Amino acid sequence: MTDKIRTILKEHGRLSKDATSLGEDEDLYQAGMTSHASVNVMLALEGEFDLEFPDHMLKRSVFESIAAIRGAIEELQG
Amino acid sequence: MSLRVGIDLVQVSRIAESLAEFGDRFLRRLYTDGEIAYATAAPALTHARLAARFAAKEAALKALGLGGEGVDWRQIEVRRASSGACELALHGATAQHARDLGIAELALSLSHEGDYATAVVVSTSNVPTSPTP
Repeated sequence: MTDKIRTILKEHGRLSKDATSLGEDEDLYQAGMTSHASVNVMLALEGEFDLEFPDHMLKRSVFESIAAIRGAIEELQG
Repeated sequence: MSLRVGIDLVQVSRIAESLAEFGDRFLRRLYTDGEIAYATAAPALTHARLAARFAAKEAALKALGLGGEGVDWRQIEVRRASSGACELALHGATAQHARDLGIAELALSLSHEGDYATAVVVSTSNVPTSPTP
């Protein structure tokens, strides 16, 4: 799952760093992800993992790191 | 009374890319029916209008201090008055959050030029930002 998240971040995150070498807890917003880019990341994750982020998860902390994104997906997948 | 301001800048061509990539899912997730109708009424301006409205929603989150909350973007709506001026309307849980924060008024200004759109939102609250000792 982490590799897929990294691929999506590389394609949609508009990061100033290489998504494949980012630390799992590294702050994605500090790495250059804008709020608009985070929407693209969210939509790409929904497509890849066939899920929908509910409103209460549409917040900064859910998309702030690879580990946070993985945690949110695992929660949604039950 | 306390005053807060929020600003956001969006690249119009990035909105066009999102629309090309995610299509209706991108539109329906972020914008109300009214916003989509207004933006698509002028095809040459659709991307700029969508970009300005996204900037307005993000600026509003900053002015409301709701960046850390889970917020449905469609609950922050840009409406255009007959005078041409734009204003914000809050709905659902976001409107409730604003009431809880004592938000009394919101003011919005939008602008776009070339590949960039920007929005500024000012909020006034009945709750002081720094509690008095």
